[in-house]
Amino acid sequence: MGAFLHRHRGLTPYLLLAPGLLWLGIFFLIPLGFLGYESLQSGLFPNFEFTWEFSNFSDALSSYHEQLIRSFFYAGIATVACLLLAYPLAYWIAFKAGPWRNLFLLVIVAPFFVTYLVRTLAWLNILADQGPLVGFLRSIHVLGANEHLLSTTFAVVAGITYNFFPFMALPLYVSLEQIDSRLLEAAKDLYASSTKAFLRVTLPLSAPGIVAGTLLTFIPAAGDFINAALLGTPKQTMIGNVIQAKFLESLDYPTASALSFILMGAILVALLVYARVVGTEKLTG
Amino acid sequence: MTDPRFNDPLTRRQLLRRAAVGGTVLTLPALLAACGGGSSASGTTAAGTGGGKPQLKDVLNFSNWELYIDTKKPTTLQQFTEKTGIKVNYYEDVNSNDQYFAKVQGPLSQGKGIGRDIFVATDNSRFPGLYVSQEWVQELDKDLMPNFANLVDAQASPPFDPDRKFSMPWLSGMDGIAWNEDLTGPVTTVTQLFEDPKLKGKVTVWTEMGDTLGLVILDNGDDPSKVTDDSFNRAIDRVKQAVDSGQIVRFTGNDYAQPLAKGDLAACFAWSGDVAQLIADNPKLHWGVPEKGGIIWTDNMLIPLGGDVPTASTYMNFVYDPKVSAKIAVETTYISAVKGVKDEAVKIDPDAAKNPLIFPDDDILAQLHQNDPAMLNNDDYVTKWQEVQGK
Repeated sequence: MGAFLHRHRGLTPYLLLAPGLLWLGIFFLIPLGFLGYESLQSGLFPNFEFTWEFSNFSDALSSYHEQLIRSFFYAGIATVACLLLAYPLAYWIAFKAGPWRNLFLLVIVAPFFVTYLVRTLAWLNILADQGPLVGFLRSIHVLGANEHLLSTTFAVVAGITYNFFPFMALPLYVSLEQIDSRLLEAAKDLYASSTKAFLRVTLPLSAPGIVAGTLLTFIPAAGDFINAALLGTPKQTMIGNVIQAKFLESLDYPTASALSFILMGAILVALLVYARVVGTEKLTG
Repeated sequence: MTDPRFNDPLTRRQLLRRAAVGGTVLTLPALLAACGGGSSASGTTAAGTGGGKPQLKDVLNFSNWELYIDTKKPTTLQQFTEKTGIKVNYYEDVNSNDQYFAKVQGPLSQGKGIGRDIFVATDNSRFPGLYVSQEWVQELDKDLMPNFANLVDAQASPPFDPDRKFSMPWLSGMDGIAWNEDLTGPVTTVTQLFEDPKLKGKVTVWTEMGDTLGLVILDNGDDPSKVTDDSFNRAIDRVKQAVDSGQIVRFTGNDYAQPLAKGDLAACFAWSGDVAQLIADNPKLHWGVPEKGGIIWTDNMLIPLGGDVPTASTYMNFVYDPKVSAKIAVETTYISAVKGVKDEAVKIDPDAAKNPLIFPDDDILAQLHQNDPAMLNNDDYVTKWQEVQGK
């Protein structure tokens, strides 16, 4: 056996990959194939027939393009908000926190010990009309007496930002933490101010973290439905709500599968454009 | 570059240790959640009976709507346990027919149980018919139900279960409009609910197509029991307008009750008995049948696949005792389908017989209509209804 493996050394990488590929094949590719098969079916529950029904895709797109665009819009804003909020935090933890860094990392992750639904429900109380936030904003006249925070686009985007915050903060922290501090020392030695050192050294070196964070935030956020369902009105529904309703309430599996593929396709296209713009060497650092 | 870290590469031991820690941290919450949830899902299995009297389980799992059972001790559930020794786990997890369907259609479509012996579905939705036609519910054991004879004649033969093989009515109720006196004057028409600017953003309607559109169709002057494409489209357009203008903030199931009581909502579509029960928390709440008419419906008890038929049938029989049904009807202020309930109700509460919510007189009954089953089962209509909700 040992001799066989030694002679076929080239096989080793593939043998090492085999378990992972097997997992991917069984739990991802096969279900994906079945979903594709379902998206080309027609008929009513439970009597679906495979009829190469490509019109499922065009019908779904024409009926629900509004929710699709809205989902990308909300996910995009939430990603940018996460980036702007998480970067200073990650920077501070990586460079200034010292012995407290593990504690702060734990604090970022701690909400995840509570389920997603309960975390989002908490926002119903925070943003409620009788809640502290609205009362405060009304007292400083930022919010009118008849305006509210809950059941608005703001609430939905805020909920998405909050729920995906650790997915942005942790990759940023990891890439910032890896920056060799001697590079910053060298920059200072060469008469760079703190700001210049940050812009010319730290920021570019943290690019892999930014890319990873934005991907990990944007992709799941685009398919999210819980925030829109709990914190928004029917005018804020996202494509995830449509897919969920089609699968579970209307039992319209072909349309739901078609929408799932459309969402996946749209995200892949966005990803390709992003990778092209950013440059793939940033992904690997 | 001579980075000190390159002199000190990750050893196998470090990698394994860190992977173990990372893996544990990431999976621990999920495992804890799964363990916590697992025990409640261990429902009863179908009893395998050999001949003779079937063995009853010692636990009954019952899913129902909220605000739908008596709460004054000794409750009827406690009375049932005393009488039969069967403990009842009562879950108020039916928030709306479509949401409950979404939850159970997965296991039921694969022939698996849902951890319940009885659940409840409303006849003015497409779901009781769907459950029966898909064979996701089991036949009742009428041998264990001598009280079946107490079922009122009007409920003997519903369209989705003409021989009452699979279902028994739980309670009936009415659709109407509730309002909070602190936030608005009386809201007596659907038009006012949808168009009064004072109510903007503080109005909800149901996710249930039959309930919501039934009231709107009536307000348009059409007949909800014979719906045409025109009357349907007129009603849908009005709801869509109210959503677009921001008047309707959300589509709810039973979850309008708490926001209404708290004052988050000024007025909403509401079910008849709910508000009477909420008044204890907030005396400023009112409910009324809309001027142009209301809808009357009946909730039905069904036994899902995996539920224990003898145990469930025994419970249904218990509930069809007029004394038991009277207690439930009087405390929930909904309408019972059991004969002889009025006499028993008066013994519990002399005013109960005069309460139109529990015993509607002919005047009120004349204002109430039933939904058209054809509308409820029309897939085209269902799709349009989902689109109005943004999905």
